[in-house]
Amino acid sequence: MLNFVSISDASTYVQHHLSHWQWNVKTGQFNGDAGFWTVNLDSMIIALFAAMLYMGFFGWVAAHVKAGVPGKVQNGIEMILVFVQKLVGESFHGKSKLIAPLALTIFIWVFLMNLMDLLPVDFLPEALSLFGVAHFRSVPTADPNITFGMSLWVFVLLVYYNFKAKGCCGLGREMLTKPFGKWLFPLNVAFRLLEDCVKPVSLSLRLFGNMFAGELIFILIALVPWYVQWTVGGVWAIFHILIITLQAFIFMMLTIVYLSMAQDTH
Amino acid sequence: MEINLTLIGQLITFAIVVWFTMRYVWPPLMANLEARQLLISNGLVQAAQAAVDLEQAQLLAKTLLDEAKTQAQVLLEQTQKRSLVLIEEARVDAQAEGQRVLSLAKNEIARESLAAKESLRHQVASMVVAGATKILGKEINQAANQQLLDDVINQQL
Repeated sequence: MLNFVSISDASTYVQHHLSHWQWNVKTGQFNGDAGFWTVNLDSMIIALFAAMLYMGFFGWVAAHVKAGVPGKVQNGIEMILVFVQKLVGESFHGKSKLIAPLALTIFIWVFLMNLMDLLPVDFLPEALSLFGVAHFRSVPTADPNITFGMSLWVFVLLVYYNFKAKGCCGLGREMLTKPFGKWLFPLNVAFRLLEDCVKPVSLSLRLFGNMFAGELIFILIALVPWYVQWTVGGVWAIFHILIITLQAFIFMMLTIVYLSMAQDTH
Repeated sequence: MEINLTLIGQLITFAIVVWFTMRYVWPPLMANLEARQLLISNGLVQAAQAAVDLEQAQLLAKTLLDEAKTQAQVLLEQTQKRSLVLIEEARVDAQAEGQRVLSLAKNEIARESLAAKESLRHQVASMVVAGATKILGKEINQAANQQLLDDVINQQL
């Protein structure tokens, strides 16, 4: 498509692919950025689509399980479940009906959203441009809103489990006295607040950064001549199969670890 | 990178998806896995029990077989003994029967020989009388000389 491109064409192309399909809530129009009062429709739609896919598939399998010899689909789902439960069981000491389903949700949902990265970069934007959609970014996890939307819940749960496991007094004592002893309590509190607040930020920025970079590289690969694309594009796509799975796993694993740390005393 | 309402949307979506998983995905699948665990462990217990049962059954069968063999052996020995006895009895019977037949035959022979002697005596007496008549040229009364004839014949025979 783009056999030879000038620098300005290339930068327009990249810019184009890095713009969201947005909806201005204040004016009700599909263009124009209204700061906070904007919805990234592309991220929302793909994230919802992935969520529906996940809920539909897993919900359907869960509704049709049988204890006897399982089918191949049920077997696969059960393997994922047992895998997640094992990870949770190893890290999280204590009983929780929430952690394991939360981890499973994160793993599968994030994986499905990351998977959009393997669609050709121009596929959805070009297809939707036929329907008048000017910009479309197909990878929701390359949108920090989406990743923060998950990691903030992790932060809320982190605070909740801290209080639940230690109580107000226990948590207060821990914040004041660890790790440097009671005489350095201002430092302890500052360290602790920093530590806990950094967790959701690093969690979401890690996923966002990886996916954004991956997407960007795919966009840049799309700029090289078509007869070279399959070499770099192929290598990067194969590498990305690993990355998307790994990032989904890391997000899940760190969620489990953070919540386990909240549960255990420091 | 700008934060906007999408964040709120994602917060809501995430909560719903996690709730859905907690409510409709995780518990039924886990309950099912536990049910299968139970099924399999029961199956294993039953299989172990079956193996024990089989061993016992084999032992029982072996015992029964051994008993049957012993009984068969005993029966065989009894039969052999019995057959020996029967053969012995048969031999004795046969001997007795042979003896009887022999004595019958001897009696018969004695009787026949007696009859032959008697007949011979009569014939000889007749011949002697006939011969004497020829020699003497006159009739001899056989009845009158019977005593004499019998003496001669008895001496000769």
